[in-house]
Amino acid sequence: MEKRSYGKHFIIVAVIILITAVITIVGLGRVRWMAAPATTQAHSVDALLGIELVAIGFLFALVMVFMLYSVVAFRRRNGEETDGDHFEGNTKLEITWTVLPLITVLILAVLGARGLAQATGAQADEVAVRVTAFSWGFTFGYPELGIDATPVLYLPVDQPIVLDMNSVDTDVIHDFWVPEFRVKQDLVPGVPTQLRITPNKIGSYKVLCDELCGTGHTNMQARVEVVSSSDFDAWVAEQQPSTDPAEMAKLGEELVASQGCAACHNVTGDPGGIGPTWKGLFGHEVELADGTTATADEAYIHESIVDPLAQVVTGYQPIMPASYGDVLTDQQIDYIVEYIKTLH
Amino acid sequence: MRFFKTGLVKGILVGLLWWLIGFMLVEVIRVAMGLPAAWDPNVPAGPVAGQNALQWIVAGGLAAYEPAMVVAGIFFVIGFMLGVGTMSDWLKWVRGIDTPMHHGPKEGDPGWFRYFGADYSHKVIGLQYGVTAVILLMFAGTLALIFRVELANPELQLSLFGANPEVQGTLNWFNTLVSAHGMIMIGSILLGVGAMSNYLVPLMIGANDMAFPRLNSFAFWINVPGALLLVTAIFIGGWNTGWTGYPPLSAQAPIGVQYFFIGVFFIGMSSILGSLNIIVTTLTMRARGMTMFRMPIFVWAAFSTALIQLTATQLIGLSFLMVLIQRILGLGFFNPGFPDITVIASSQLWEGGGNPILFQHLFWFYSHPAVYVFILPGLGIISELLPVFSRKPLFGYKWIALSSMAIALVGFLVWAHHMFVSGMNTYLRVPFMLSTLLVAVPTGVKFFSWLGTLWGGRIDLKTPMLFTLGAISVFLIGGLTGPPLGTVTTDLQLHDTYYVVGHFHATMFGGFVFPFFAALYYWFPKFSGRQYNERLGVIHFALMTPAFWVMSLGQMLAGTRGMRRRVADYDPAWGIDGVQLAVSIAAFIIAFSVLLMVINLLWSSRRAPRAVANPWRSRGLEWQIPSPVPELSYATAPVVVGEPYDYGLPGSTYVQLAPAMTGGD
Repeated sequence: MEKRSYGKHFIIVAVIILITAVITIVGLGRVRWMAAPATTQAHSVDALLGIELVAIGFLFALVMVFMLYSVVAFRRRNGEETDGDHFEGNTKLEITWTVLPLITVLILAVLGARGLAQATGAQADEVAVRVTAFSWGFTFGYPELGIDATPVLYLPVDQPIVLDMNSVDTDVIHDFWVPEFRVKQDLVPGVPTQLRITPNKIGSYKVLCDELCGTGHTNMQARVEVVSSSDFDAWVAEQQPSTDPAEMAKLGEELVASQGCAACHNVTGDPGGIGPTWKGLFGHEVELADGTTATADEAYIHESIVDPLAQVVTGYQPIMPASYGDVLTDQQIDYIVEYIKTLH
Repeated sequence: MRFFKTGLVKGILVGLLWWLIGFMLVEVIRVAMGLPAAWDPNVPAGPVAGQNALQWIVAGGLAAYEPAMVVAGIFFVIGFMLGVGTMSDWLKWVRGIDTPMHHGPKEGDPGWFRYFGADYSHKVIGLQYGVTAVILLMFAGTLALIFRVELANPELQLSLFGANPEVQGTLNWFNTLVSAHGMIMIGSILLGVGAMSNYLVPLMIGANDMAFPRLNSFAFWINVPGALLLVTAIFIGGWNTGWTGYPPLSAQAPIGVQYFFIGVFFIGMSSILGSLNIIVTTLTMRARGMTMFRMPIFVWAAFSTALIQLTATQLIGLSFLMVLIQRILGLGFFNPGFPDITVIASSQLWEGGGNPILFQHLFWFYSHPAVYVFILPGLGIISELLPVFSRKPLFGYKWIALSSMAIALVGFLVWAHHMFVSGMNTYLRVPFMLSTLLVAVPTGVKFFSWLGTLWGGRIDLKTPMLFTLGAISVFLIGGLTGPPLGTVTTDLQLHDTYYVVGHFHATMFGGFVFPFFAALYYWFPKFSGRQYNERLGVIHFALMTPAFWVMSLGQMLAGTRGMRRRVADYDPAWGIDGVQLAVSIAAFIIAFSVLLMVINLLWSSRRAPRAVANPWRSRGLEWQIPSPVPELSYATAPVVVGEPYDYGLPGSTYVQLAPAMTGGD
């Protein structure tokens, strides 16, 4: 059997590969993959992903075109029983396509390491914010500003932030991820972790928990507000403890929404919830699982939040997380009690 | 009914009896010690008002008896293995009774009977693995369809997941289904790998059976109680940890997690025992003249896979066992915290002083190499079929063979890339990024060598070849989307999102599902003696391949936009509604196409025309003997005299089955 010449085929396939590669790379570049970035750290992530998409586009075109071209050009004709040309390999080619990818991944590793340094490195004049995760929510503290635990993460724009993060000791692993910030980090019970961000775009965002943490995982999130430095100062001033009952109840209602209470406790009076309803709770008798009764006063509700298994209402499972005592300040629990008082 | 006399039924019955014995054993000891029968005082010890016993069990009520449940679960596996009869010979050896190897079905049993009990023929065991794999695949796929319905639109749809407050649904069901889909699929893949290596390796190297036939039977059957426990776990409270089972969540999860642990433990034991068999068989039982570099390329892949399975599987068994023990004995391996002295001094159960991240290291030390266990055999199938359907030698045989070994080796050094954001020491990120990216090199060698094999061939697009090419295209997507996860910088954004889901589904489909289906079609004439319906096969391919592309790429796009893994709901503001709907529809098309394949193969195995002896004109050893393979595969010892893939080299032979050769030895 005479060997065929492949010169013509190689030229055609190279041309198609080039055209397809250009189309794929341009196409991949035009897809809106991610929401607009909102931190300085996002730059190194987006830049590296851009480089990787070019490499992906080229290699995809290379392999797919080569394969599909072979299938078309070298397909078996009807009734054809002959074999293909007998060549068993080519050591030079094999070495080439071992060494070239090796160089490519080494370059990628260097780029990755440099990008990592940019995305996680320490910055000048950082402000520390404490992030505590629990099942299922987040609280944020500003030790340098004397703000203990707020359900919403307020950040001044263009201010380098270091997040000191932890999950409550008795709790499970959670994760801190704002898609627009591009960086994420797990929060682990007993193992402190850190994340650095410099938000550079004013706006509202959401922290999502990105580590499976049980039944409430889907809805575990918190609001992030990136604000101008003057708005931030105004917000800090507002954070002084409130004593006005109406104001306290309003803050309590916000806490209830952000801390996951509403997942189990409704305020509509429907008795079918996972936990007891709060409508008409305050001041009334409740039957407990041990057969006794108790009056739902301030002290009872406070204890039920801090130590939920101490007094379980009859007919309900003892499944409320015991972490709220660690997560909420006494002040915040008072707000929630004030809110429950308003639910006649 | 003869079916009730099968080993399978006996195994289940004896297993249930042993389950009861195990349960009572713990309870009797508790009561004898003056302890209450119920273990966890925080859980109702029986159905509460408005619940019947079944509802109580499904809601996880058996948690009240967790230690008894755990012991009972382990006893169930032991009882099953005794009942199925796979240990009978060993027990006779213990008593000094000789048991000569029996070949073929027992006298008077119908042909199908041996497939439902302990049988030592690797051809029977291979099919047992294969059928079980397909059953588990369909079961786990159905679970995925349920939650894909939920995910087709934003907000909660299904009452099962709590969308309707009047029905007692909860997201615990969602988490359970996601977790069960993952782990049962992994079980299915491991069984599929077992099917291919058990059926093919002895045939391909000219051996009449595996090195240890009884161990082979044991290794298959222990999967069955393992899988039954995995399925049971769904219905006794489920588990909300995903297939990864990270503590502390798994230490607090519903009781189902314990049967998940036990099930995985014994399926893992199957991997270890099965791989031992493959390694010994490959090393010691090859036909005369078959040097290592004259083995069919699939045997290289199966051999590399077995090396990983033998050395890594212990780690997942260990890590799950540690959480299992932590839960019932209060050993705080993975729980942090140092309580004050009053707690330690009191007799209160204290679980603390451990480290949650330690688990992840142990877990991924197996579970990353496990990925190569899933894909290396599939890549071996691709390399095996390409020369046959291109009518050309495999391009760079030695490079492909050694690239499997290289992937197996490097695969041991990359586990922590699953933990870039876990809170492990941050300086570990860069070395693990480098080792991870290195995997691309031997993988690239395979891709380019495949292209070299296709180039200049006479490509015949029969169904197995279509699936082989489909596998290359899908595995290409899986491979190329890996580096953004491997480089830490981009992983900070992509970790644990649907991008990862898209990536590993492409890897699993390209590396296992497509090649496995190619193998089923390709060797169907070998094990059934009949030819499948080609048209239905092509339709299966034409439906599944584009549907898979849509599914995988859709998942990735949803992930980069903000969709997290393992969530039941997503933000409509991300603009991924259409993508999610497309992914769900694609999932149903894939499921339908798989159903077509199952119907095709079932129907063809009975009604289709007889296959010709070597329908693919393959040079492989296994195609030189009749189909279906006779009880004694090679009545005369084959002798290998040439290279396996010398297509297009006139006058070359791979193997001689000449009876004349036997006389001279």
